[in-house]
Amino acid sequence: MASLAQKRSPALAVLATSFVILWVVVASFPFLWTLWGSFKVQGDFFSKADWTNALWGTRTILETGDAFTNQAYSGAWIDQEFWRATLNTFTVVFFTVIISLTFGTLGGYALARSGFRYAFWLLMIALVFRAMPHITLVSGYLLPFFEWNVWGHLPTSIIVLVAINQPFTLWMLHSFFLNIPKDLDESAMVDGCTRFQAFRYVIIPVMWPGVITTGLFSFLLAYNDFAVTAMLLSQENQTMVPKIASFLGSTFEEGNVMFAVAAVVSATAPLFVLILFFQRQIVSGLTAGAVKG
Amino acid sequence: MPHRTFFWFILPSLAAMFLFIALPIVSVAFQSLYIEHEQVLIEVENCGPFGCENETVVDAEASAAIRDAEPLGRFNGLGTYFDRGHLAAAEISEAWASRDSFGGFMSEVMNLPFYRALVFTLTYTFVCTPLIILLGLAIALGVNGLPKMLKGPTIFVSLLPMIITPLIGSLILFWMIDAEGVIGKTLQVLFDDPKLSLKASSTLTWITLIVYGVWSSAPFAFVVFYAGLQTVPEDTLEAAMVDGASRWERVRYVVVPHLMPLVVFITLIQLMDNFRVFEPIVGFSASANATSLSYIIFADLRGDIARFNSAAATSMLTIIGVSILLTPVLIRTWRDFNRKGA
Repeated sequence: MASLAQKRSPALAVLATSFVILWVVVASFPFLWTLWGSFKVQGDFFSKADWTNALWGTRTILETGDAFTNQAYSGAWIDQEFWRATLNTFTVVFFTVIISLTFGTLGGYALARSGFRYAFWLLMIALVFRAMPHITLVSGYLLPFFEWNVWGHLPTSIIVLVAINQPFTLWMLHSFFLNIPKDLDESAMVDGCTRFQAFRYVIIPVMWPGVITTGLFSFLLAYNDFAVTAMLLSQENQTMVPKIASFLGSTFEEGNVMFAVAAVVSATAPLFVLILFFQRQIVSGLTAGAVKG
Repeated sequence: MPHRTFFWFILPSLAAMFLFIALPIVSVAFQSLYIEHEQVLIEVENCGPFGCENETVVDAEASAAIRDAEPLGRFNGLGTYFDRGHLAAAEISEAWASRDSFGGFMSEVMNLPFYRALVFTLTYTFVCTPLIILLGLAIALGVNGLPKMLKGPTIFVSLLPMIITPLIGSLILFWMIDAEGVIGKTLQVLFDDPKLSLKASSTLTWITLIVYGVWSSAPFAFVVFYAGLQTVPEDTLEAAMVDGASRWERVRYVVVPHLMPLVVFITLIQLMDNFRVFEPIVGFSASANATSLSYIIFADLRGDIARFNSAAATSMLTIIGVSILLTPVLIRTWRDFNRKGA
C-alpha cells in the first residue's frame, strides 16, 4: 500500500520511471550486446561497414554460412585451453572461500565476544589492511617468493588471497556474531561447555546465514581478482582473468579478440547465476556494514 | 572472553594477516631502500678483418652472479624515492626555477611518471566518489517508487555492473567504445566526425575511465541507499507534508538527513576502492593517456626486467597516500569508540 506521503505527481512518476528504465538499459545492455556478439565473427562484432551487421551477422553468414557461430567458443575453450584456466579458477576460489571462512568465523567470533580494548584495535588495523591496494602487497611478495621457489603455484595464491580476504571477512562476521545473543553461548558454558564446545555446538548451527553471505563476498573477491593471480601464477597455472588478459596480448590479432570475447562471456556466466540465486544475501551483505555504521 | 581463549580463536586469522599483509609491507619498505646492481662492464678486444678495437660489453655471467648473491640489489638509501621515476626532486626544483607560468610548470610536472599517476588517481577518486553517491541515490529513489513486482528484476540487473570482474567489465565497455564497436560508431555518427576515437586524447580517456568507474560502483551506493530508504520514518514524512513541504523538500530535509550515515559509509568504501584503480587501465589499454599509482607498480613488475625496487618505492608512497586518506576516518572512529566507552 502506497501511503499518502509516497504519492507523487504524474509528471514526476513518468520522469522517475524513465530514469530507472534508462539505468536498466545502461546496466544491462553491455552484457546483452557482448553475449549476442560472442556468437559472431570479428568482422561483425567490430563492424567497419555498418553496425547493424552485428545484429544480423552479415559477415558471419558469409564466413560460416550461418548467422550464429561458436567459433569463438571452440577457439577459446579447446584451442587456447581456457578449460584449464577455468579449472584453476575454481580450485583457487573453492579453497580460498573455505579457508577464509574457517579463519574468519573463529576470528570474528572472538572479536565479537572479547570486549577488551585490543579487539577494537585489531578491527582498526584490519580496516587499514582492507584499504591497502593489492598490488602494493604483491610487490612485497614477489622477490621473497622467487627466492623460496614458491612462486607460480596455486597454493601460494590461495593463501595470499585468503590473507587479503581476512580483514573484510573479519569485519563482516564480527558484526554478524554481535547480532547473535551472548546468552546463547554463555548459557552453554554455564552448563559446562568449554568456549570451543559452546562455539562448536551452539554457535555453528545458527551462524549459517551470515557465513553464506560472507562466503559470497569472499567468492567474488577471489573470482574477480586480477592483481594477485596475474602476478603470482605461472603460465600453466593461470586462472581465468589473467588468461583473458593474455588473449589480448599486445597486438590486436585477428580472431584472438573473439577468443577473449567468448572467454569473457563464459567467465560472466557463473556470476550471473550467483546473483540469480543469492540476490537477497548479496543485498543484505552490502547493507550489513552500513547499518551498523 | 579470557585473553588465552581469544588468542587461540584469532590466531589463524591473525597469522595470515601478519604473514601476508604486514610482512609484505615491511618487505616493500626494505626493498625500496635498495637498487638494482649495476651491470658488470668489461673491456674486450674485438678483432675483425679491419684490425682490432677495444669494446666495452656487459659481462652477463658476472652480472648474474652478483644478482644471485644479493638479489635485493645494493643499498641506495632514499635515493629511489627522489629519482626521476618517483618524487623527482631535482626535476621539480628545476622546473620550478625555470618556470615561465604556472601552467608551464604543471605540464612539466605532468611529464613525470609518478605525478602523472598521482594526479590521475586523485582525480579519479574525487570525481568518481561524489558521482557514484548522486547516481546511486537517484536510482534508489527511482526504484523505491516502482511497483513491487518490478523491484526484484530491477535490482538484479542493477547488481550486474558491480558484481562483474572489473577487468571483464572494462573489457566489455572497451570493445563497445572501440571506433568499430557499437558505442564508438554511434558517437561518430552523433558528432558527425568519422575520426572520433575515445582512445585518442587523454581528456577523452580520462572521461571514459571515470564513466566506467561510476557505472561499476553506482550499484553499490544504490543498494545501500535503497536499504536505507526502507527505514525512513513514515511519520516524519507525513508531518513534513502536512506542513506543506513539496516532494523535493521532503527528499532534501527528511530523506537525505536520514541517509547521511550511509553517505559517510559509502564515501569511505569508495575512497578506498577508487584510490586503487587499476584493472580499468589494463582493460581499456589506457596506459598511454592515463596511469594510476597501482598501474605504475604493475608496469614496473611486469616489464622486461622486473624493477622491484622502483615498484617498492612507489608502493611505499601509495601506502602513505592511503594512510593520509584514512586518517580522518580513523580519528572519527577513535572518538566514537571513546565516547561509547566513557
